[in-house]
Amino acid sequence: MTAGKPEAVYFFGTCVVDLFFPEAGLGGIELLQREGVRVVFPRGQTCCAQPAFNCGYHEEARAVARAQMALFPKPLPVVVPSGSCAGMMKHHYPDLFEGTPEHAMAVAFASRVHELTQFLVDVLGVRLTDRGGKTTVTWHSSCHGLREMGLETEPKALLAQLSNVTVVPLERERECCGFGGTFSVRYPDISAAMVADKIADVASTGAPTVLSADAACLLNIGGALEKAGAAARPMHLAEFLWQRTRER
Amino acid sequence: MAKRAAQFPDPAEWDALRALAASIRARTLSKLPALLEALEARCSANGIRVHWAETVDDANQIVLGILRAHGATRLVKGKSMVSEEMHLNDFLEENGVESLESDLGEYIIQLDGETPSHIIMPAIHKSRQQIARLFGEKIRGAEYTEDVDALTATARRVLRRKFFEAEAGISGVNIAVAETGTLLLVENEGNGRMSTHVPPVHIALMGIEKVVEKLEDVAPILTVLTRSATGQPVSTYLNLIGGPRGPGEKDGPAEVHLVILDNGRSRIFADEEVAATLRCIRCGACMNHCPVYTRVGGHAYEAVYPGPIGSILTPQTEGLAGRHDLPHASSLCHACVEVCPVKIPITQILVTLRKESARAAPEFKVKGAGGGRDRLEDLAWAGWRMAHVSPLLYKAMGLSLRVLGPFLKGGAGPLRAWTQARTMPRRAPRTLHDFAREKGLPDA
Amino acid sequence: MPDARERILGRLRAVKPSAAPASDFSVVEAKTWSPAARLERLRAAMVAVRTEFLDATAESWPETVRAFLVTQGARRVAYGPGTAAGRLLAAACARAGAPALVPYDRPVEALKTTLFDDVDAGFTTVRSAIADTGTLVLWPSPEEPRLLSLVPPLHVALLSAATIRDTLLSVLRDEGWARGLPPNVVLVSGPSKTADIEQTLAYGVHGPKRLVVVLV
Repeated sequence: MTAGKPEAVYFFGTCVVDLFFPEAGLGGIELLQREGVRVVFPRGQTCCAQPAFNCGYHEEARAVARAQMALFPKPLPVVVPSGSCAGMMKHHYPDLFEGTPEHAMAVAFASRVHELTQFLVDVLGVRLTDRGGKTTVTWHSSCHGLREMGLETEPKALLAQLSNVTVVPLERERECCGFGGTFSVRYPDISAAMVADKIADVASTGAPTVLSADAACLLNIGGALEKAGAAARPMHLAEFLWQRTRER
Repeated sequence: MAKRAAQFPDPAEWDALRALAASIRARTLSKLPALLEALEARCSANGIRVHWAETVDDANQIVLGILRAHGATRLVKGKSMVSEEMHLNDFLEENGVESLESDLGEYIIQLDGETPSHIIMPAIHKSRQQIARLFGEKIRGAEYTEDVDALTATARRVLRRKFFEAEAGISGVNIAVAETGTLLLVENEGNGRMSTHVPPVHIALMGIEKVVEKLEDVAPILTVLTRSATGQPVSTYLNLIGGPRGPGEKDGPAEVHLVILDNGRSRIFADEEVAATLRCIRCGACMNHCPVYTRVGGHAYEAVYPGPIGSILTPQTEGLAGRHDLPHASSLCHACVEVCPVKIPITQILVTLRKESARAAPEFKVKGAGGGRDRLEDLAWAGWRMAHVSPLLYKAMGLSLRVLGPFLKGGAGPLRAWTQARTMPRRAPRTLHDFAREKGLPDA
Repeated sequence: MPDARERILGRLRAVKPSAAPASDFSVVEAKTWSPAARLERLRAAMVAVRTEFLDATAESWPETVRAFLVTQGARRVAYGPGTAAGRLLAAACARAGAPALVPYDRPVEALKTTLFDDVDAGFTTVRSAIADTGTLVLWPSPEEPRLLSLVPPLHVALLSAATIRDTLLSVLRDEGWARGLPPNVVLVSGPSKTADIEQTLAYGVHGPKRLVVVLV
């Protein structure tokens, strides 16, 4: 990781955050700005192209990825509030453009991509002050964040800084929630079984909030919680951290 | 899963072992034709007759030819996934040869007319009551008992007679060593040794990829194999076969044959995007950790090899036209990648197979590329592309989601599949783009 | 089928595969123990999978084994008469009058029924052993055939503690196995077992039900 605080960063919101969990993006931006970092938000941004990539539609993925990279030309870090989207850009963009004229650009771009939590902890070394009341939460690790971006200690390190927050671990924290993009609609029975196990696990912790650093998982888990009439609610880690620590 | 985790308590040791095991298997693939030739030369020098089979039909014919030459009609079998690929038992049955499975799990499912549901524990889907009933019905002289020791003793009694009487024995090969011409078999029960030492003829079956360069290479491979497969540091028996009964030896088969099978593996080998598929040592760790496999079981895959390895191997050997659904039966969670002791990039290969299934292109090398083409899906992604390349169209899409949202109930197709278990996602009243504009964030 | 061979190898040779990373064996080479620790580790690993141990000395073991076989009701015991250990055991049994030893000194075809149906135990020597995994290295030979350690329901194995090495890798390398192996070598780590019925451990499937290590 780079040493020292950059003057400015790009923020890539991701399509799921943009359309369904904008407060997560807002929270991320606020957390960065509070550290004195200027946040640039290119208006033309849309999607990291992971959905098309995972489904094997790589021509289409390249077209969209190309458009995204063109919006982030300066040598600034690109901060992304999603383990899977950051993983897509960091690990798959170079492969996606292998053998094309844009390969070098893709490699350079990938090297500047950071997942938000990792950026906050490893680059900015944020210190958080908890301004909220006592509460418990539980944490879902999100597969791509965990296994592609190595995102394990950073979210827990941030939560540990919140003195009034108790984290009750899930029994099967690292197990997939069953989303997997189109997997959830191609194999709905298996996907439903996986998310059912996940929300049962959430319920058994008794925590009113389940946190994740990946909004796609939250769509899945949250939708299942709501359908089941469960008490727990999903929230993105960035939104949670901002809400807990903002000055009232 | 817990047993395997207990076998690798030290992450640093696990990382180092994986790197070593992966390098050994990668080294094999970097020299494969030379190693196979060396293996053949050493085996032949030691009295093992080597045969080559391009297809499973060829392999079946070779086996039958050997049996006919000896007038053998009763054989015992140790566990061999290659023999499942060949559907060997059915073939032999059709040709008047009794082929009896001697591994307890395989024996159980053969008795019940089934196929294995897991590559290490083939009868894992059966309860002891089912097995008790099966033995009581199908084995002469066996009373109904659910006591595991009694059931095991019955199987021992029946199979002991069969080992004694068998005219030939068939086995797989866990690892073959090019340096010494040695065939290694890993087992816990002793049926492998029985099948390969007692009958006068032993036929070993292996895929072209199951070779390593040097004898010392087997040590790290065996360590990760047994720890990943059954959560034990070592298997009860490691059987090193170097040849038939030697001069002065009192036992051992008079003849040992090795059948080397291709069945599409050379095609996989030629495609560097997927060649790592051939590193597999058949440990079963991937399926033991797969959230899909552990919920649906092996038979759901309707393939010889289930789980993550099956999902990448089967479409490649059988072709994407008939098997394009398998690579999609995954949420790409990477749990398999995390535990694979030889670092096969399974999820990466799954995506490659999805890519080559969706359309045919001259540079696509997987068998049956384009076999999963779906015009409707092509259209959907073409539309997705338009909506995400153009910021204006993206905004319009976002707006239409806002407007149509309340009307998007779980009617049909993907929406219905989604709403089986979840409520529909609701578009937020304002998007992050809206917030960014309101906050006056710089654009560039 | 020469055609198949050439076609398969031809396809393989046509490919230019990527080079492989070097193999670093240090994680395995690092596993070493003192002789005392090796013995402890071997014993613990083997006992954990139901191996039994008889402790003895170089002088006492024949009588220890003989007496043990008698108490276990093993009336007929197969062995290799051509080994020094075999001769010592035979002498002890001859003096005491029991058990009856069955010499495995002819091709199995002449002995098969006896071996399968009328022998209670098999006695073998052990070439060396592996501390890491609790494993005996059996080196079948014309004097000590393969089936001695496989067919009889009880296998008694004579192990000299001085031959215990650290790991499989160290055995392979130190004993120079790559220079040449007999037609069969078998590594034994306990009595026969299975977990194929509801993943419940059961012992004595097809190989010996009991493995007894005589440690000198």
